[in-house]
Amino acid sequence: MKASVIVFPGSNCDRDIQVALANSMGGPVEMVWHGQTEMAQTDLIVLPGGFSYGDYLRCGAMSARSPIMREVVARAQQGVAVLGICNGFQILLEAGLLPGALLLNAGRNFVCRDINIRVENSQTQFTSRYEQGQILRIPVAHHDGQYFADPDTLAELQAGDRIAFRYCGSAGDESANPNGSIDDIAGIFNDRRTVLGLMPHPERAADPLHGGTDGRGLLDSLVSALS
Amino acid sequence: MRNEPNITPAQVAEHGLSEAEYQTILNVLGREPNLTELGIFSVMWSEHCSYKSSKFWLKTLPTEAPWVICGPGENAGVVDIGDGKAAIFKMESHNHPSFIEPYQGAATGVGGILRDVFTMGARPIANMNALRFGAPEDAKTRHLVAGVVAGVGGYGNCVGVPTVGGEVNFDAAYNGNILVNAMTVGLADADKIFYSAAAGIGNPVVYVGSKTGRDGIHGATMASAEFDDATEEKRPTVQVGDPFTEKLLIEACLELMGTDAIVAIQDMGAAGLTCSSVEMADKGGVGLDLDIDKVPQRETGMTPYEVMLSESQERMLMVLRPGSEDAAKAIFDKWQLDFAVVGRVTDTGRFIGRNNGAVVFDIPVRPLVDESPEYERPWVKTSAPAPLAAVTAPMDHMAALQIMLAGPDLSSRRWVWEQYDNSVMADTVRKPGGDAAIVRIHGSNRGLAITTDCTPRYCLADPHQGGAQAVAEVWRNLTAVGARPLAITDCLNFGNPERPETMGQLVGCIQGMGEACIALDFPVVSGNVSLYNETHGQAILPTPAIGGIGVLDDLEKHADLALRRTDDQIILIGETKGHLGQTIYLRQLLQRQDGPPPPVELAVERHNGDFVRGLIAAGTVDTCHDLSDGGLLVAAAEMAMAGDIGLDLNGPDDPGFWFGEDQGRYLLSVPATLVDAILQQAEKRQVPAQIIGRTGGETLTLNTCEPISLSRLRRSHEAWLPDYMNSN
Repeated sequence: MKASVIVFPGSNCDRDIQVALANSMGGPVEMVWHGQTEMAQTDLIVLPGGFSYGDYLRCGAMSARSPIMREVVARAQQGVAVLGICNGFQILLEAGLLPGALLLNAGRNFVCRDINIRVENSQTQFTSRYEQGQILRIPVAHHDGQYFADPDTLAELQAGDRIAFRYCGSAGDESANPNGSIDDIAGIFNDRRTVLGLMPHPERAADPLHGGTDGRGLLDSLVSALS
Repeated sequence: MRNEPNITPAQVAEHGLSEAEYQTILNVLGREPNLTELGIFSVMWSEHCSYKSSKFWLKTLPTEAPWVICGPGENAGVVDIGDGKAAIFKMESHNHPSFIEPYQGAATGVGGILRDVFTMGARPIANMNALRFGAPEDAKTRHLVAGVVAGVGGYGNCVGVPTVGGEVNFDAAYNGNILVNAMTVGLADADKIFYSAAAGIGNPVVYVGSKTGRDGIHGATMASAEFDDATEEKRPTVQVGDPFTEKLLIEACLELMGTDAIVAIQDMGAAGLTCSSVEMADKGGVGLDLDIDKVPQRETGMTPYEVMLSESQERMLMVLRPGSEDAAKAIFDKWQLDFAVVGRVTDTGRFIGRNNGAVVFDIPVRPLVDESPEYERPWVKTSAPAPLAAVTAPMDHMAALQIMLAGPDLSSRRWVWEQYDNSVMADTVRKPGGDAAIVRIHGSNRGLAITTDCTPRYCLADPHQGGAQAVAEVWRNLTAVGARPLAITDCLNFGNPERPETMGQLVGCIQGMGEACIALDFPVVSGNVSLYNETHGQAILPTPAIGGIGVLDDLEKHADLALRRTDDQIILIGETKGHLGQTIYLRQLLQRQDGPPPPVELAVERHNGDFVRGLIAAGTVDTCHDLSDGGLLVAAAEMAMAGDIGLDLNGPDDPGFWFGEDQGRYLLSVPATLVDAILQQAEKRQVPAQIIGRTGGETLTLNTCEPISLSRLRRSHEAWLPDYMNSN
């Protein structure tokens, strides 16, 4: 399996996902500079978290117009797996690879917290290592993570089993939805389920020293599907 | 030299220079300065840059140890952490700007301290901050808390360096002058440290980063004066931060540092281009010629005075090896940052600026630095506090605990630290909320523990004890997670040093700190002094904020404060005399602030700490909390809340026992099977140790008091700060 992580100016979780993926894959991960217009053959493209272009203008808006993104969109259309985490999710929306928008958190502040998400569809190359309905504990860290979609889009996502993860509570946890996302949505697929965008950071829950390894299943799922 | 009007006494005063200082300038130059030169002298000789009031005393602090690679004097301190790696760290104040414009003041404070660290070749791996605000009732406090926290987060989160901990205090003494102290820790290869001494006659001097604008002109002078009613008008002297550019600058500099192009490098912080050039030239014993018109400028029509004194952010100055300019420029072009050759290293020993060929300043470097004033300001020793008057418990201990945990001093700071990204870089092992944060040394199984601490009310009552306590508490915080304490950085925040009483506080604190540093083998490797923290003559509490780091050789063996098991025994390490002077208990429940602070017995501190660290390193103890603000019962409740496991505690019915703030103490939670062995070891080592309780259940129980459910305790503990911030 070959995996490529796109590095935008201001990406700051690029190394984190590189390390986590390399651990899951047992091999190196290619880093691709945003200014390139071509990319070697790859089985997985990751748009990492961070603050590409400082979140100036609108989160992900400028990165979605980076030279490399033409190639990313073309590969996605060919069916190559694309994963966008946090800022990467924002870029996928701005690039039109996923529907909807991510707004300022309902609480109006940046929020960094370990939260619970429920696996809503375990029948995908991103989630096969999880049980349907399994609850994962994974950190979020974002300022603009409130997912929003118009009613038609939302109905489409729901009907097509395209909601990948929902924020959910556990006993004693009163703040299940950290950002006010519509329908508690934490991550969504495209219609072919080859593109996943999510706000939580699986790469920060991929090592026992992180305090949990619930994020590793997502990466391991990709490795088993794409190797 | 361009002809300019003569300097008037009013201009000298406006630049914060005394008549005697101006006379020295005349002697150094052998003529009158022009306005640009006056500006250069004024910022170089400001309190902020010259340490003129504190230098004499700072020299008394211990700065050496076998593991210290670089002590104070460079951009940050450097310590050897083993395996060929070095930790580079420093804490710095950004108090005055943050009071005027809290978001940008705090944000640029974070940006400045990050640059101090990556300038030396380190990738920043953790941020901390120590914040002190006025009383919650003060009309401005809520606005300042909101702005500062958002600013700290806004900058650090965007740059992608985790903010892993810090402190937040409230006290009316900070009503007119908050404290924003930011600390950065970076990681470098021990043999790839970059310094600031310019060298190589003829070598190019290169400017990189953001363009220079008119922002922040005279920031260093502002930071060296008291506040008054006109302070709000100083808003234009607060710089504006651009964390995105900082992130690019970090990556570009680290990429360039991977080559052999850099001879010397220095960030442009306080006093901007002036201070960075002069320091580089002085350290290298060389001269520097600058072409001011070549400096990338954001605005048109800037005068040499403005360019030299601007404190625009995200800028660096470097001396490169000749011939390496093109390769270096390619890196900065890739990161879309300005890159300009703005001067040359010379053998003249002079700092010369030209604008379109005309000389606009010409100052000998050595005297500009060496002749800077140094004052042995008069000081009076703070008189010893009166003995503590009798204390009668106003209520039962559990009721007292509930009030304390739900008040401004001891309530949860979650509302603050959830706005900071604490897990980016994916190496955070222990997040905010514990005694010290732990970050993994990337790619290894070793870690760095990091903490900041200071108890200003102790420092006010007895500066000497307070200074020692701040250092000891930092050492204890690191010990409580199992780390071997290595070194500290200090951020000395005080009032006007021209008042002998204030100067006496500074002297007392430094003396106490120095004693503690020696006794604990815990040298000062970097720091910053912030004086004139007062408004209308009302000084802040003396606040020598201390940041410390320690190393963990095996991350599998560290301790955390959260209870992990039921049926553990709780062991109290250290002697409890029941010291109530200057405690939170007195302050919050009896509205009293009398008596001496708890004495710090440094030999005992070290003895007890070494014992606890040994237990953690041996893998015997994994749950530990140091005792500080609020005393034993507060610490025990924090352990129970963090682990969501109840506690049954027993002991004398004496507020001093449960709420006294005696130093050098720890609580351990230990499986019953290990208790005897630990108690025997303690006895052999003559470390006081006693069992005070047992874990289990869902309540906190103390003697015969009515038990409290943990969930209720946690609710009120967590609620205070968000409720306060959301109320009007």
